[in-house]
Amino acid sequence: MSGLRLHLNAADYLILGLYFTTVLGIGFWVRRAIRTSADFFLSGRSLPAWVTGLAFVSANLGAIEILGMAANGAQYGMMTTHYYWVGAVPAMVFLGIVMMPFYYGSKVRSVPEYLRRRFNDSTHLLNAGTFALAQVLIAGVNLYALALVIRALLGWPLWLAICVSAAFVLGYIVLGGLSSAIYNEVLQFFVILAGLVPITVLGLIKVGGWAGLTEKVRGAKLGDAGLHTWANAGSAHNPLGASWIGIVFGLGFVLSFGYWTTNFAEVQRALSARNMSAARRTPLIAAYPKLLIPAVTVIPGLIALVTVPGLGAKTGDLQYNNAIPILMRDLLPNGVLGIAVTGLLASFMAGMAANVSGFNTVFTYDIWQTYIRKDRPDRYYITVGRVITVVGVVIGIGTAFIAAGYNNIMNYLQALFSLFNAPLFATFIIALFWKRMTPWAGFLGLLSGMLTSLLTYLLYLGKVLHFGSDLDESFWGAGIGFVTVLVVAVIVTMVTTPKPIEELDGLVYGVGRSNLSGDTLVGDRVWYRNPVLLGSVAVILAFALYIPFW
Amino acid sequence: MTDEPIPASKARLFDVRRIIGGLFVVYGLLVGAIGLFDSQEQIDKAQGVNINLWAGLAMLVLGALFLLWQWLRPAEVPSGGESAE
Repeated sequence: MSGLRLHLNAADYLILGLYFTTVLGIGFWVRRAIRTSADFFLSGRSLPAWVTGLAFVSANLGAIEILGMAANGAQYGMMTTHYYWVGAVPAMVFLGIVMMPFYYGSKVRSVPEYLRRRFNDSTHLLNAGTFALAQVLIAGVNLYALALVIRALLGWPLWLAICVSAAFVLGYIVLGGLSSAIYNEVLQFFVILAGLVPITVLGLIKVGGWAGLTEKVRGAKLGDAGLHTWANAGSAHNPLGASWIGIVFGLGFVLSFGYWTTNFAEVQRALSARNMSAARRTPLIAAYPKLLIPAVTVIPGLIALVTVPGLGAKTGDLQYNNAIPILMRDLLPNGVLGIAVTGLLASFMAGMAANVSGFNTVFTYDIWQTYIRKDRPDRYYITVGRVITVVGVVIGIGTAFIAAGYNNIMNYLQALFSLFNAPLFATFIIALFWKRMTPWAGFLGLLSGMLTSLLTYLLYLGKVLHFGSDLDESFWGAGIGFVTVLVVAVIVTMVTTPKPIEELDGLVYGVGRSNLSGDTLVGDRVWYRNPVLLGSVAVILAFALYIPFW
Repeated sequence: MTDEPIPASKARLFDVRRIIGGLFVVYGLLVGAIGLFDSQEQIDKAQGVNINLWAGLAMLVLGALFLLWQWLRPAEVPSGGESAE
């Protein structure tokens, strides 16, 4: 991997060192403010919307996402923007406008806790357990990928890279809990952009601007199809290998809504907001940066495609996933190089910290406090949270090696999402809008949906079922899980007893009234903080952005 | 258990704008200074653009804006529900 080696000098290391010092400094600073478990796990429900909003987008802006989307940009071209414009923004808007009143208004502290109140302990435990497992697995994936990049770029041995980066994430979360994770995510957001923007700008200059880029892409192996998003989506004969049905329903609906609206690592950011208005605006504020992030991920991917001969190898330095590191090596002088390396490492830590802080909250509140040690003093649960953070990171280190053996790590994550998120989203959507849905319909629906998704995936891996690509499999796996939940939930509801209506207050649409404005601050009433307006504009922009790349 | 009052928190006194502003001002000065003394070789690598100088200036401006924002609208210690942002 020596071909990717960057030549960092003292100034670059100073930039990196300053960042790590700041990260830990935030941890120490925030630690002084932690008095209660709500401070540790929910930031005392005190944060302004711009902070939670940027943390929301940053929690998703892990380096696997950045490197993976640049890789997809090089491999699939502009169709990669579907992951942002149809595959993220509508779901984020739905979360803010429709679902957040139930999450924040019912004062649940986690996504599984909503399921416990809406259904029963079995459903709750199923979701809390699988979520906790998924988070440590994904944290391991993040960690492994981070170690590979550090080894390739800086020449550190794998074990040292894993231990040092795990130690920093561990340090600042054990110290400051969610506040520490969130403040660092906000900082990371800007450092990541400060690293990606110079790559994009210099890359575009190198290929002769946008006109030069499009001309060169037409001449490259991707061809003209790489510059379009929908024009070839009538059939599956396009770079992504998916038709508009797969894109709209598979990616845009099932996968995306499953991920954005029920993934606690994301939702937790909004639950830490200081009032209902700020909680609803959290994913909406996040939608705006999300609209523009492809400019610094997909476009560098295309630039790498046309400037790096041989990109797209199955193994070695020229894999698609190395598009951004290769551009860093080729374009950035010392100075901004240090910023870009810092941004890349920061984004790895953002991704891992989001997993770890979601994991420790669900484990402490939903598993330990609910089933194992009830009714202890509040301080006890802060200690549990700190201990389980250490345990989670250690398991993450152990599972880091599961990630080995997949040449496109994004697909591996997609596979996990399709197993856990799509059935969960189906369960939620019925739970929210159908008050008759019974507790056992929730449990059996969710369980059978997860099992059919898992089965589809295993049959695909075992080459019994055949799909166009890994991506195509994840669309189908998610869709099958989703439909299974709908069918099973309806059938089971017919033969079991629903919850008494008074127990569903504030949990189901139209039952009780979730108070949207009781805690409103004076400043929240101005027109530009109206959630419906913010959300509508974001969706309109998402569609408008497609027009030049039709 | 879920209806416990949310305690007022000193966490509110922490202002992340100061941290972002501070770090970016330092980064801006550092990278900008590197740009001032960049060799021709470094500039050639960056397609003839003195990217360090430009990126340094941009980060300096971003950092200064955060500090200015914090200075103009400091975080208030919340008292009840009626404080403006």
